[in-house]
Amino acid sequence: MKFSIVVNEGPYTHQASDSAYHFTKALLAKGHEVFRVFFYHDGVNNATRLTTPPQDDRNIVNRWSKLAQGSELDMVVCVAAAQRRGIVDEGEAKRNGKDSTNLAPGFRISGLGQLIEAGIQADRIVVFGD
Amino acid sequence: MSTIKKFMFVNRKAPYGTIYALESLEVVLIAAAFDQDCSMAFLDDGVYQLKKGHQTKGIEVKGFEKTFGALEDYDVEKLYVDQESLAARGLTAEDLCVPVEVMSRAELGKLMDEQDVVLSF
Repeated sequence: MKFSIVVNEGPYTHQASDSAYHFTKALLAKGHEVFRVFFYHDGVNNATRLTTPPQDDRNIVNRWSKLAQGSELDMVVCVAAAQRRGIVDEGEAKRNGKDSTNLAPGFRISGLGQLIEAGIQADRIVVFGD
Repeated sequence: MSTIKKFMFVNRKAPYGTIYALESLEVVLIAAAFDQDCSMAFLDDGVYQLKKGHQTKGIEVKGFEKTFGALEDYDVEKLYVDQESLAARGLTAEDLCVPVEVMSRAELGKLMDEQDVVLSF
């Protein structure tokens, strides 16, 4: 089956990103297709490579990046939500005159149309959040 | 992209205090721009989003009551409100800023069941 995943909460404060990660990993392990993982609201904070959790804790951001590398998972961060919260790639930095970037590997910034497309293309869309 | 799906946006949170309601409304407008069959459901504190007379100056947050009035221009006309949530907060359809269809939880559940995509915020 073809799934799309939506993550609406940031890392560590809320379990949504953890649950979404485990669910996505399980889907791929079972041979399902994951069309896209879309990060919205504070969920965009899952995409900052500057995250530095204590060594004995899970690294939620790196974990997503690694999953994307191993499976060509399409991980999209909403541009409007990202701009509000300071998640920046090179294009956004240039456009908005910012002096650095922080988007983690495996993520890309794009529009909300990508969320609607994820809903249209997938057999099931699963939302993780409050 | 010619596929048209039934999208329902479920709003359960108060309009201010968190950003969920505002950012959800942005998704609805994009879905409408993609010519999808959109509806919105309001329950729990989400019914406060539709309450007439938002005044946000004091909290220095942009108000978005007017956006609900503009939904019609985007062909988003199916607004469903949970009767129990309204009653629990002492509200009726008269208190709301746009025309809505008030229904029971069971009816709302049935409608949800008919959707292709349910996005809850």
